Amino acid sequence: MSLGRIGFWVAIAALTVAFVGPLLWMLSTSLKTNPDATRQPPSWIPHPFTTSGYQPLTNLTSQTPVVRWFLNSILAATGNAALIVVTASLAAYALARLDFPGKKFFFGLIVGTLFIPAFLFLVPNYLIVSKLGWLDSLWALILPSAGGAFGVFFLRQVFLSLPRELEEAALLDGANQFQIFWRVVVPLARPALATLIVLSFLTNWNDFLWPVYVLFSPSRFTLPAGLSILQGAYTTNYPVIMAGAVVASVPVIVLFIAAQRHVVESVARSGLKG
Amino acid sequence: MSVESSAERAAAAGETLQGFQPPEGQGRSGVHGRVARHGALTPYLFLAPFLVLFCVFIVAPAIYGIWISLHDYDFLLPHKPWVGLSNYTELFTPGGRDATDFWRAMKATGIFTVFSVPLLLVVPLLVALLLNRSFPGRTFFRAVFFTPYVLGVAVVGLLWRYLLDPNIGLVNSYLDQLGVHRNIPWTTDLPWAWISLVGMTVWWTLGFNAIIYLAGLQDISPELYEAAEVDGAGKWQQFLHVTLPGLRPVLLFVLTVTILASANMFGQAFLVTKGAPGNATRTAIMLIAETGMRSFRMGVAAAMSYVLAIFLLLISLLNFRFFRMRDTS
Repeated sequence: MSLGRIGFWVAIAALTVAFVGPLLWMLSTSLKTNPDATRQPPSWIPHPFTTSGYQPLTNLTSQTPVVRWFLNSILAATGNAALIVVTASLAAYALARLDFPGKKFFFGLIVGTLFIPAFLFLVPNYLIVSKLGWLDSLWALILPSAGGAFGVFFLRQVFLSLPRELEEAALLDGANQFQIFWRVVVPLARPALATLIVLSFLTNWNDFLWPVYVLFSPSRFTLPAGLSILQGAYTTNYPVIMAGAVVASVPVIVLFIAAQRHVVESVARSGLKG
Repeated sequence: MSVESSAERAAAAGETLQGFQPPEGQGRSGVHGRVARHGALTPYLFLAPFLVLFCVFIVAPAIYGIWISLHDYDFLLPHKPWVGLSNYTELFTPGGRDATDFWRAMKATGIFTVFSVPLLLVVPLLVALLLNRSFPGRTFFRAVFFTPYVLGVAVVGLLWRYLLDPNIGLVNSYLDQLGVHRNIPWTTDLPWAWISLVGMTVWWTLGFNAIIYLAGLQDISPELYEAAEVDGAGKWQQFLHVTLPGLRPVLLFVLTVTILASANMFGQAFLVTKGAPGNATRTAIMLIAETGMRSFRMGVAAAMSYVLAIFLLLISLLNFRFFRMRDTS
């Protein structure tokens, strides 16, 4: 092996340690007792090995019902991803395939909002959500972000790249537009729809600032908002805090492993478009 | 070139990509000329569900925000008097009620951006160059370096607060073993707090930028490298004269996205330094969120967010100007 080749593998190994190490440390700490977690010098293997860090998380009546937060997060992220994929695909179909007055205007308006920084919406959306009576409820996490333009923009590009022959044939067979959308376009665009679902789910699952401010009751939190409460409640009890972090990480890591190629490809392509 | 026009360009590119369009007249017209493909209302029915959400949560707040910023808008008080531009002018008046806090927070966001953006431009490029070579397990390592990004800031913040704990954290513990026998106050003192925030952000988002770079690298035609090699260019010269110019649009995209993300910094400081020491690391977004959604002084908070947005707009315009200058030279 040449010197350059060795240097290359050393660099890859160092990066891998830097990226995987902290995650393993999180997992290892979550399986320790507190004295073990704060021991100097630190040890990577829990001794004794215990799941007691996870026990307080299952208490539904405490101020930190992590299991409840987990369910809330699942509900919010699933609801939000479903809403996005349904509304965005319908709208994208109209913009990609149908002719109507005002099409250019709508498309321009939708794309134009992609460039508005999200923090501008914080305060006014807080008021809008409050007027709708959704403060401290999961609706505040499910609906507002489904108004975002990304899904429509993304799916319109995908639909435009699909072959039209099947649609033309279906039209000649007397299918209406909704049947064409549902029976022809949706099956053809399935990978892109799956990508949008995964990206929306990940984004919603990890959203932090918004849930911290619009949710107040311990029973209503999602995981990220709750984790900062957990940190406050268990200040230096790191096994419990890291157990909470593991619980918040596992679903997204599993989802990422399952959909790795789709997620990575969609991120990769985002740079080539601009 | 404006930001908008680049998006339209992207959209137009998609338009030209669409293939398989039947020749004019075929398939859609018969004896009666052009057959109506759908009713006049159909497109609007397809658009309606999205448009409702879009109007309520994007269009309305974009306008409502301006209206709020022109009022002394306190969520908890019944009377919300019109004050014109005074929420804005107060921010620019030395000694104004929120001016000191606001500019300190803008400075914090600025410091964070100035130190994190160059690192997030250069380090991911180096990682992408490593990943651009062909070697066994490349897809695996690509995914490994991207993993922190899918975790979200709450997990990353909690994890790094623990790793950086001055007394029992892994970082100080290893530094001690390396002979640095002092407990570095990573989260409570300067400049350490900035190093922590920038460092953990690089760890968290490096993979995102690296993957965008990697796609850009793979888009550069191998023939360009072959031609450069025939001309006797070394590796470094190939990097300067083939790789960097080929990456220019991707660089602009990464720069724009990274500046925007840095200006949005919230979770890291909220969880790890909590603004310490003495609000030095309280970022603009932290201040806007606290002012608007904890103290409920929404008029001022909305005004702050528009001032921050205008700063970002100016920086984006400068970026585009700079890159276009390089284009024409």
